[in-house]
Amino acid sequence: MTTQEVGRPRRRKEDARLLTGRTQWTDNLTRPGVLHVMFLRSPMAHARIERVDVSAARGLPGVVAAFSGRDFAGEQGSLPCAWPVSEDIVIPDHPPMAVDEVRYVGEAVACVIATDRYRAADALDAIEVDYEPLPAVVDMNEALSPGSPKVHEAGNKAFSATITSGDLDAAFRDAPVVIDRTYVQQRLIPTAMEPRAVMADTDGESFTVWSSTQIPHVLRVMLAVVTGIPEHRIRVIAPDVGGGFGSKLQVTAEEVLCLLLARRLGRPVKWTESRSEGNLTVHHGRDQIQHIRLAADADGRIRGLQVSLLADMGAYLMLVTPGIPMLGASLFNSIYKMDAYEFNCTGVFTTKMPTDAYRGAGRPEATFGIERTMDELAAELDLDPIEVRRRNWIRHEEFPYTTIAGLTYDSGNYEAATDKALSLFGYDKLRAEQADRRDRRDPVQLGIGVSTYTEMCGLAPSRMLGEANYGAGGWEHASVRMLPTGKVEVITGTSPHGQGHVTSWSQIAADALGVPFEDITVLHGDTAVAHKGMDTYGSRSLVIGGVAVVKACDKVREKARKLAAHVLECSPDDLDFEAGAFKVRGTDQSRTIQELAYAAFTAHDLPDGVEARLDSDATFDPDNYSFPHGTHLCAVEVDTETGMVKIRSYVAVDDVGTVINPLIVEGQVHGGIAQGIAQALFEEAVYDADGNLLTTTMADYLLPSAADLPSFTLDRTETPATSNPLGAKGVGEAGTIASTPAVVNAIVDALRPHGIDDVRMPCTPERVWRALEGVRR
Amino acid sequence: MIPAQFDYERPSSLAEACEALAADDEAKVLAGGQSLLPLLRLRLAYPTTLVDVGRLEELQGVHDRGDHVFIGAMATHDEVMRSPAVTSGCPLVAMATSQVADPAIRHRGTFGGSLAHADPAGDLPAVVLALDGVLVARSAEGEREIPAAEFFVDYLESSLAQGEILAGVKIPKLGEGWGFHYEKFHRTAQSWATVGVAAAVHRSNGTITEARIGLTNMGPTPVRARATEESLRDVELGEQVRRACEQAADGTSPPSDLHAQPDYRRHLARVLTHRAVRTASGSP
Repeated sequence: MTTQEVGRPRRRKEDARLLTGRTQWTDNLTRPGVLHVMFLRSPMAHARIERVDVSAARGLPGVVAAFSGRDFAGEQGSLPCAWPVSEDIVIPDHPPMAVDEVRYVGEAVACVIATDRYRAADALDAIEVDYEPLPAVVDMNEALSPGSPKVHEAGNKAFSATITSGDLDAAFRDAPVVIDRTYVQQRLIPTAMEPRAVMADTDGESFTVWSSTQIPHVLRVMLAVVTGIPEHRIRVIAPDVGGGFGSKLQVTAEEVLCLLLARRLGRPVKWTESRSEGNLTVHHGRDQIQHIRLAADADGRIRGLQVSLLADMGAYLMLVTPGIPMLGASLFNSIYKMDAYEFNCTGVFTTKMPTDAYRGAGRPEATFGIERTMDELAAELDLDPIEVRRRNWIRHEEFPYTTIAGLTYDSGNYEAATDKALSLFGYDKLRAEQADRRDRRDPVQLGIGVSTYTEMCGLAPSRMLGEANYGAGGWEHASVRMLPTGKVEVITGTSPHGQGHVTSWSQIAADALGVPFEDITVLHGDTAVAHKGMDTYGSRSLVIGGVAVVKACDKVREKARKLAAHVLECSPDDLDFEAGAFKVRGTDQSRTIQELAYAAFTAHDLPDGVEARLDSDATFDPDNYSFPHGTHLCAVEVDTETGMVKIRSYVAVDDVGTVINPLIVEGQVHGGIAQGIAQALFEEAVYDADGNLLTTTMADYLLPSAADLPSFTLDRTETPATSNPLGAKGVGEAGTIASTPAVVNAIVDALRPHGIDDVRMPCTPERVWRALEGVRR
Repeated sequence: MIPAQFDYERPSSLAEACEALAADDEAKVLAGGQSLLPLLRLRLAYPTTLVDVGRLEELQGVHDRGDHVFIGAMATHDEVMRSPAVTSGCPLVAMATSQVADPAIRHRGTFGGSLAHADPAGDLPAVVLALDGVLVARSAEGEREIPAAEFFVDYLESSLAQGEILAGVKIPKLGEGWGFHYEKFHRTAQSWATVGVAAAVHRSNGTITEARIGLTNMGPTPVRARATEESLRDVELGEQVRRACEQAADGTSPPSDLHAQPDYRRHLARVLTHRAVRTASGSP
């Protein structure tokens, strides 16, 4: 007998190995005779490369080779951008190693290949580069001004895109209330725990690339396209990968160059970045200036919303750089009903590290913009921020609901999640304490922040990606193999890097096949093993990849049914499948699916037309996105003497649909909230006016640890998604998306009696203090 | 993040260590490595020899010596904060040491190393300065005692001469009636103090008779809040104390970095000094 696995808080199969160091991080791997690569990186934000001389480096002990960008100019191609979001988009050439010009600090200009990393590092010092400085372009508004120096020949505008729906003029005409705000989404550094690493090897014909990547399948295709090496001669392996948060959803210069170096030298090569190198050259996240106008009636009902974004692309368009702000295009309206909506976005080139996907990717930015604005609307009308949301949100009986931005939300229950959150939070009691502290002029003020978010997950229906001009589909693939002894291999095209797919997929397959959880293994992350896949990002793995596992299991079961009918000498229709066994109805005759696997293996007595395997493949492509939602409430104490913000309590009630493993879901929400709080309070990639990154170490780029965060109170409502048979909605990004505005809303709420209506992120003690100083004067 | 090449010496006596250090002008002493190794890995420092003093018996341990506590330079932060000699003889040192970085660093980093590094953002220099500690240096020429006020010369620069090794620090014990507090203000638990205030306050019958206040990260060296100390002679607890603490930033030249501009640091110094003095004096 097996019990239901889906819904059980199973401990992760992965963890014993990970926690005891029996891991295969790319940097732990080696090959006989492996050589070590190090890159010389530009210290200039913008310069013409006059001369690169690697000859002195070539002569140093242990150095096998040294190359400049020019040495690879003929074969290195251009790093790909797969998402030309508009007709007017400019996609500049992006050589993996700069040849004529550098456009951000950290761009690779040369490399050394040596017998060990120490010698390679020393040899970098011997490379001479002459730069002719060009002006840095750091500020987006200045970049778009007519006299600005250009990042690229074609100018500093990468693209522009507009979405309109409804009559915006009518919505704003004579509107009793107009909220007009500008918010800055600061630039962030993803900071996965495992730095990037790449190893490449060749047997003279074929190539293997090991990379700390989220996207082995996409990477394989792209490496073939960029280098011209035929796709079938490239194998990509993502071994254990220690976090990504979108930063490893990329085709990087280092991956391309390691492959080309292995080809050029005919030897295995390996590169591992340092943390500071990563801060400079792992793609960054966020970096938008959001101008938001919202028109409302006197009772708080929203009439229209106008969003104008400037999105910093950095120096080049990488894999999905321009698509990131566009992922938010249909979400600024969020859970609210309105008559008119306009979104426009301008992508801007600057001489900084390119931006790209970072946990939430476009959706946290949108959620921040609208949720901050909803609190401002509430303040303007002297309404409770919960009440102003109630007056505008889609009611549960209105689903499915097509929003003003054109998405159809399949399901949701904002009332239920909010009511649960309010009760867990002790909302009324905290409001009373807040009033008391205000009356007493307590130097420590209390603030309460609300965030009622939704987001779109399960990237993505291929048809919709096609409409958005994305360069690939959004399906996912799974294979199931029943082994002769009845054990099961599940092969998934998703590529976990911390999410626990091995555990969750085992739970799904255990229920679908009726085999024990322990009898299932999950293979992934190697294009020679998992031959088809679209990898892991955008909270897509369960919602698409998990469903593919279900569908593959269904096929195996139907094959097994035919075999069972043959063995048991009955009609397939007379068989009931229960707890892993086919039972002839009304008899005690049965065969387990695991026994049938052996029968298929021996193949001594198979019915006509049944192959000697209980295997299957399935590809799933959803009709719609999924839409997790929830209500997050945050209470902060703000020390008005120092500006220090302390989170006192945090409640999150998320609706991520059907839950496969509550422990994993809690872990995702925990980490997600921490990462969102980090944006609100701690993290910011800072460039100076010359385009130098000032936050190259963790002493300058502050990440919170457990000591800096409160305990979170988590709960859920469960409104299953209708767009997939599991009913799951995805949970990888929800916490990050929801928490940032909850924290900033709380800070502003604490300070509002002082006349403060915004604090720029991260809300450092100094920024809070300066805001207070500004109004004290 | 790979250091440039260097030679490595691990002498077995303090005398040998002094010799090794004197033999190379570009030699550096390696103690717990918590400050030096990051500098090497970032290639911000290029010493040609590292003299590892980790195994020198003479530098180990914490010793109660009657009127003072002698803290060996190689005593780790963890050892210091748990030492009964420190918690009873100079509790301010224990308070501040327990707030240095995180447990992993406190098990590696050393008391002497963090003083010899002379980083004004470190927690311990201001504490030793406030307590009028005496730093004991050894060289081939013998032993030299340096008052804390003369030890911190400039940013990351101490008055140790090339060839001299910090052997330990004498922390005078303060008698009855003293209260202590280290007020550290930092953005995350693991970051350096934006500003820190080390306060030792002597009370008698509801008045403060004397206060000694060291400031962390308020200039290129740790500094004493002298004006506030002067104003805190024989004052009653309350408004007078608050006014005295308004002078805490007088004469300081705090740095400007990503975490704070100088004016904000001055403001923090005033607020935090008031908090530290109040707590140290047992005021509610």
